[in-house]
Amino acid sequence: MKLNGKCPTGPIDTQWSRYKNEIKLVNPSNKRKFKLIMVGSGLAGASGAASLAELGYNVEVFCYQDSPRRAHSIAAQGGINAAKNYQNDGDSVYRLFYDTVKGGDFRSRESNVHRLAEVSVNIIDQCVAQGVPFAREYGGTLSNRSFGGAQVSRTFYARGQTGQQLLLGAYQALERQIGAGAVKMHPRTEMLDLIVVDGRARGIVTRDMVTGKIESHLGDAVMLATGGYGNIFYLSTNAKGCNVTAAWRAHRRGAFFANPCYTQIHPTCIPVAGDYQSKLTLMSESLRNDGRIWVPLRAGDTRAPGQIPEAERDYYLERKYPSYGNLAPRDISSRAAKQVCDEGRGVGPGGRGVYLDLAESIARLGEGTIRERYGNLIEMYERITGEDPYKVPMRIYPASHYTMGGLWVDYNLMSNLTGLFVLGEANFSDHGANRLGASALMQGLADGYFVIPYTMGNYLATEKPPKVDLSHPEVKKVEAEVAERTKKLLSMKGKRSPDSFHKEVGKVMWEKCGMARNEAGLKEALQAIPAIREEFGKNLSVLGGEAELNQTLEKAGRVADFLELGELMCRDALVRDESCGGHFREEHQTPDGEAVRNDEKFCHVAAWEWTGEGKEPVRHEEALEFEFVHLATRSYK
Amino acid sequence: MSGNDLHLTLKVWRQAGPNVPGKLVTYDAPGISPHMSFLEMLDVVNERLQEKGEEPIAFDHDCREGICGMCGLVINGVAHGPRRATTTCQLHMRYYKDGDTIVIEPWRAGPFPVIKDLVVDRAPFDRIIAAGGFISVSTGNAPDGNAIPVPKSSAELSMDAAACIGCAACVAACPNASAMLFVSAKVSHLGLLPQGQPERKARVLRMIAQMDAEGFGGCTNIGECEAACPKEIKLENIARLNRDYLAAAVTRRPETGSGGAG
Ligand SMILES: Cc1cc2nc3c(=O)[nH]c(=O)nc-3n(C[C@H](O)[C@H](O)[C@H](O)COP(=O)(O)OP(=O)(O)OC[C@H]3O[C@@H](n4cnc5c(N)ncnc54)[C@H](O)[C@@H]3O)c2cc1C
Ligand code: FES
Repeated sequence: MKLNGKCPTGPIDTQWSRYKNEIKLVNPSNKRKFKLIMVGSGLAGASGAASLAELGYNVEVFCYQDSPRRAHSIAAQGGINAAKNYQNDGDSVYRLFYDTVKGGDFRSRESNVHRLAEVSVNIIDQCVAQGVPFAREYGGTLSNRSFGGAQVSRTFYARGQTGQQLLLGAYQALERQIGAGAVKMHPRTEMLDLIVVDGRARGIVTRDMVTGKIESHLGDAVMLATGGYGNIFYLSTNAKGCNVTAAWRAHRRGAFFANPCYTQIHPTCIPVAGDYQSKLTLMSESLRNDGRIWVPLRAGDTRAPGQIPEAERDYYLERKYPSYGNLAPRDISSRAAKQVCDEGRGVGPGGRGVYLDLAESIARLGEGTIRERYGNLIEMYERITGEDPYKVPMRIYPASHYTMGGLWVDYNLMSNLTGLFVLGEANFSDHGANRLGASALMQGLADGYFVIPYTMGNYLATEKPPKVDLSHPEVKKVEAEVAERTKKLLSMKGKRSPDSFHKEVGKVMWEKCGMARNEAGLKEALQAIPAIREEFGKNLSVLGGEAELNQTLEKAGRVADFLELGELMCRDALVRDESCGGHFREEHQTPDGEAVRNDEKFCHVAAWEWTGEGKEPVRHEEALEFEFVHLATRSYK
Repeated sequence: MSGNDLHLTLKVWRQAGPNVPGKLVTYDAPGISPHMSFLEMLDVVNERLQEKGEEPIAFDHDCREGICGMCGLVINGVAHGPRRATTTCQLHMRYYKDGDTIVIEPWRAGPFPVIKDLVVDRAPFDRIIAAGGFISVSTGNAPDGNAIPVPKSSAELSMDAAACIGCAACVAACPNASAMLFVSAKVSHLGLLPQGQPERKARVLRMIAQMDAEGFGGCTNIGECEAACPKEIKLENIARLNRDYLAAAVTRRPETGSGGAG
């Protein structure tokens, strides 16, 4: 099947405004007759739910944490992009559009990306009005910093806690609607399945994580804003609870999963210290504004960093990518780090690390300025490693961070399943094969504040979904299946914990489908993962009961879904026989190790259809056309 | 395991559910690496319990980097443990000695009933925000971001208060179970910015009314909250709240319409 993204045509810079002029609207007094379901309360979910409720719709919001304010978006550090050109350095909507298309290695949709760049400016205005305390200049105007993959300063930030402050803004807007009775919030409630009636997504089945009660919730449309699946690798910078369950369950009910192999390995994280390690901590890319990345020139050089003279250091990013230097995009920086470590030049225990050195900036700007810019990051590093970055260079290494792949959506953010909308990191739409720094927060809020309020109205006004009630046989059927699956997880009485399986599959994914992939490795993984799944089906142990808080049970359900997703990721990576962005196939590289795309064969989105357990999924394509940014080799030299 | 590993004794609060009695249970915890975080130590203990067929200890956590506010344990009687400005998830075992006994309990405060083991219900905090902890500006209404200059010093002070992660350690640490530090952080974050002025008085009145309705105790200036706060939210926020509250109470007029829906 050829998929249709339903993008507007004509001049790119007027597509979105023409779309908005042409869509159907729901009259204000009719809005309250609709009930909408939003799963997720991160930037995308909270902003979307609040904005829809402000318009008059009834919204029910679900999240697995005890409060919507704790969604993983809270952890974003560095900043959010917007084409404000407040710095007078030549930025524009077109440039942000161009940088994002190029940054994504020409694997995203032009129409979506242009819309994103356009609304980026409104996001900043909205957040400022909500009281987000962005960094300011002495004159009282907003401050900016630079992020990877851009030559302008367009990143807005609130110390090293930008995600926290943006999410609190969206959360407060959401709480205002909860207080007004327009939103009903369901915290500690996990979505475990999607209800599809007559080809339309009509509701979800959830488990109350405190009482264990399994329940159905119906609405006129379902929105998933459930975040990414970077935790498939077990060790990642994501929060421990991040999972793919909502998206995966929707996939099993018919929603296509697009580009699952596009994952982002972030270059600047604190290296792994031991096998008890439960997660990896990101050191924001913004540090690369003032930190220089280097390794010893000579392999096996074990001298302390301070003892290595300038001439015997290799500032490899500055050497290889002189025009972007330490601000080269993430995929490129991560691979470069892997390469120098593979050459035996890595530093720290195990040789899997490179230095991020603030010394020169401290000498130039003073410790005070550096502390003001990155104080909390540096403190975090010190807490974890016990080392002081003001004195010795930090050690960093790449780690799983973000997933560009996700459920397939059209320009309306609707999946191929009618009535199912997907927002934020959970969809695949805007970042192609690699996401630029500070663009995920932008996309989540664009989807929630400025896109879904329009496209949802159009859907409801056009489709007028018929009424469905809880006694519908399909509702009962899905509910019974969820109850059955939960019982099964509790009854296996094997020996191994869900975590042990998660670690095992994570290791396979990291080694075979991580920063570099090749045919042989992917084929091995495609053998290994089903075997782990089989063992999981026989030897899982989940203690505790069903009708109570049971964290092992929650974990088991999530790991079960990761075990299926992992296989799809490897399959996707195997079929995509080219290198692009974060997907690096070792067979396709230039002599100096740069990715080589194959536009003739792979200038498309791959969207996978579930066909049943134990059956091969079907791969569909959506052709990508580049009318406004011409296909070119992506160079940062 | 290496030579630096710690051998600890844990006394952990176990409670099967909300309305059943709980008790401290002792666990032997050998082979704990000093590089582990406190929660990684509990992961290891849980993995061992699971192997023995015993139910793991339930505790809340998510980001494990000190920002989501989900984790929170009373460790040897101190909310979030001994390190200043540190959440439980960021506390590392290198601050403990071989042979130590560590007592681990949930937040204890009337408005936060225990759900299971170390997990409590902190929903009252969300209700306090819903009562007025926001600026009423619906999507699409905003002027240009630079239209209202904000003095850098105000932005910085506001940010200091906005750094609150809502973990509720302040309540757990307070002998009166007062929520004043939490409420004052929000009142200050918004009240220090020009955008927050129109609703400044209404906000403080509504938030305090909700705080009282939830059953939190009053503030008697003991300062335990500030000491326990992992984000170093200052007591001066409470002073600011008190000033705003007085000013608002003196000039109080009946509210017309509700401040909620947009
Ligand atoms: C450490 C770190 C730093 C980052 N820094 C930056 C940055 O500086 N700039 C930038 O642009 N991006 C950054 N990112 C990326 C960015 O933070 C995320 O991509 C973005 O916040 C995702 O937002 P979201 O709303 O899509 O999902 P999330 O914030 O992940 O929210 C997901 C929501 O879904 C809910 N949920 C999930 N599954 C279920 C289920 N089954 N049932 C019920 N609820 C469910 C959760 O409870 C949560 O509310 C960073 C990411 C990390 C890991
Ligand atoms: S787990 Fe998020 S603050 Fe501790």
